Amino acid sequence: MFLQLLLSGLSFGSLYALIALAMVIIYKTSEVPNFGQGEMAMLSTFVAFTLLVTYGHSFAISFIGALLFAALLGAFLEFVFLRRAKDPNILSLILITLGFEMVLYGVASWKWGADQRDLPFPVSDFDLVNLGPAVISYLNLATLLVTLALMLLLFLFFRYTKVGIAMKATQQNPMAARVNGIRVNRILSVTWAMSSTIGAVAGIMLAPVATLDPNLMLEPLLKGFASAVLGGMTTLVGSALGGYILGIIENLFGGYVSLEFKSIVAFGIIVLVLCFKPSGLFAKHYIKKV
Amino acid sequence: MDMKRDYYEDIQLLDSKVLWFWFLMLIAALVTFPFLAPSYYIYMANYMAINIIVTIGLNILVGYTGQISLGHAGFFAIGAYGTVLLMKAFHFPFLFALVAAAFIAAFFGFVLGLPALRLEGPYLAIATLGFGMAITQVIGRWEVFGGRMGVEAPALSLFGISITTDLGRYFITVTIAFLMVLGARNLMKTRVGRAFIAIRDSDIAAETMGVNLVYYKTLAFAVSAFYTGVAGGLFAFLLGFISPSTFNFILSIYFLAFVIVGGLGSIFGSIMGGIVMTWLMLELDKIQELPYLGGLLIGFSEKFMTVAGLPNIASIIFGLIIILLVVFEPLGLYGFWIRTKIYWKTWPF
Repeated sequence: MFLQLLLSGLSFGSLYALIALAMVIIYKTSEVPNFGQGEMAMLSTFVAFTLLVTYGHSFAISFIGALLFAALLGAFLEFVFLRRAKDPNILSLILITLGFEMVLYGVASWKWGADQRDLPFPVSDFDLVNLGPAVISYLNLATLLVTLALMLLLFLFFRYTKVGIAMKATQQNPMAARVNGIRVNRILSVTWAMSSTIGAVAGIMLAPVATLDPNLMLEPLLKGFASAVLGGMTTLVGSALGGYILGIIENLFGGYVSLEFKSIVAFGIIVLVLCFKPSGLFAKHYIKKV
Repeated sequence: MDMKRDYYEDIQLLDSKVLWFWFLMLIAALVTFPFLAPSYYIYMANYMAINIIVTIGLNILVGYTGQISLGHAGFFAIGAYGTVLLMKAFHFPFLFALVAAAFIAAFFGFVLGLPALRLEGPYLAIATLGFGMAITQVIGRWEVFGGRMGVEAPALSLFGISITTDLGRYFITVTIAFLMVLGARNLMKTRVGRAFIAIRDSDIAAETMGVNLVYYKTLAFAVSAFYTGVAGGLFAFLLGFISPSTFNFILSIYFLAFVIVGGLGSIFGSIMGGIVMTWLMLELDKIQELPYLGGLLIGFSEKFMTVAGLPNIASIIFGLIIILLVVFEPLGLYGFWIRTKIYWKTWPF
């Protein structure tokens, strides 16, 4: 029972971790928690659905198409709206992303209505793999593996590619990065594209478990955001760990204490953790200098 | 006329005869309005008054004290459910229940203000958001609160007169809104208001000047929650029926949108924001009934979108308004107002 809860917690946690990663990547460069992340992923998932069902393409093509769409969407939003903000402070940036959230939500529910759809997924949610004392569905296994692979890719990207290193430089000090010849604005666009793509992967992996409608990402986004905050908005590894921790705690709570209040417990924990570690579990707390 | 000679002149509510004149005119207009307007507009006016109260409450927190909150739907829910349940279960009279529920909301505001002492930016956003979510979830799951099905508002009566029409509710709602606007305006002119503004501009500087951060930050949350709670209580009677799904995350964003559109840190802006956004919200719900545009939109929807999803245009337009205002006019409608005023004052130049 315990192992079983742990396993399914891990697979939910990996989705949270993906969303958290997507948010943190943006947060580190643009210093804004992107509330539009969920709807960007939801819209990309709908694009995958349309390519797959309406136009009858194969899953691979739809998947790649959706990711491309997500990348373009992310870069577009950054380029057209966020960059135009005059003298932005944190509140106005948050509001702009909330604006994205509303616009994208409106577009998706205008286009696809509130009907619940099924995204046909090549990996089944019902066939189980036996792992000793616990079982895990192929879908959950796939989610786990895809997440791990993506994290590995991200790690390699930030460590060994030129763009990745430029991104890290921009995160640490945009001014110095610009002095060194990095095109900071372009890096920001690339960051948004990347983050949006990661979000889209999370959305597509989530769609077969949940039902595909415009509300698909509303709660996962908040959970992902919560786990990013839990781990610390400034560390990639920490936020991913936060996602796993949140998924496991939530599932254990659902299994042993109360299924009904399962989704509240996440936020309760966050508030408690923040009381003691205001910058999250794994991030260094910087005291503001005057 | 503009010269202030002592502190008491500075904190006066209305500092000139002209303002007194317009103030009395406003009262006269508010009293006569419901007898001239059709009933739908009275309903709309009630809605506007409620949203003005929330907007001012949220503006005290966001615009004046500089703390973000994405959980005000939670306080709104506490006010609404508190009022209804106190009246139903304990047979409190209306006004008493309303104030009691608002104080319960204020208490929760105080509690939420405690972690806010150490948090800022995204961390505060997620803490308040979690609070808002938790409130609606608890209300939705707990049978005392009527669960998912919601509860019906009891019959409303004030000083022995039973009130059943929008007209009757108009006088209660608008009177309360009027008093609360005056209260907020007064509060902002006093020591407390100045402390809030000092905290917004720089909390560390404020602290070195002797502003007690613990006291004033939690107070800002409590006052803001009090306002929102009162609005929630009135809202329960406006709809006559409340259910947990009304008080969702989107509502919290809408409240923030009201504040932004009106203008951060301005009472007058909040009033404009509340009026304009409520009007937009109610009108956009029936966008397909517009004379020319409606037909075009339906045609467009049939071809490319879905007709059932058409009312979601409201969400798109709201989102665009928020984005464009933040990008181009961070002061909101209040900024427009100030600029037009200056333009006409100095006109041919």
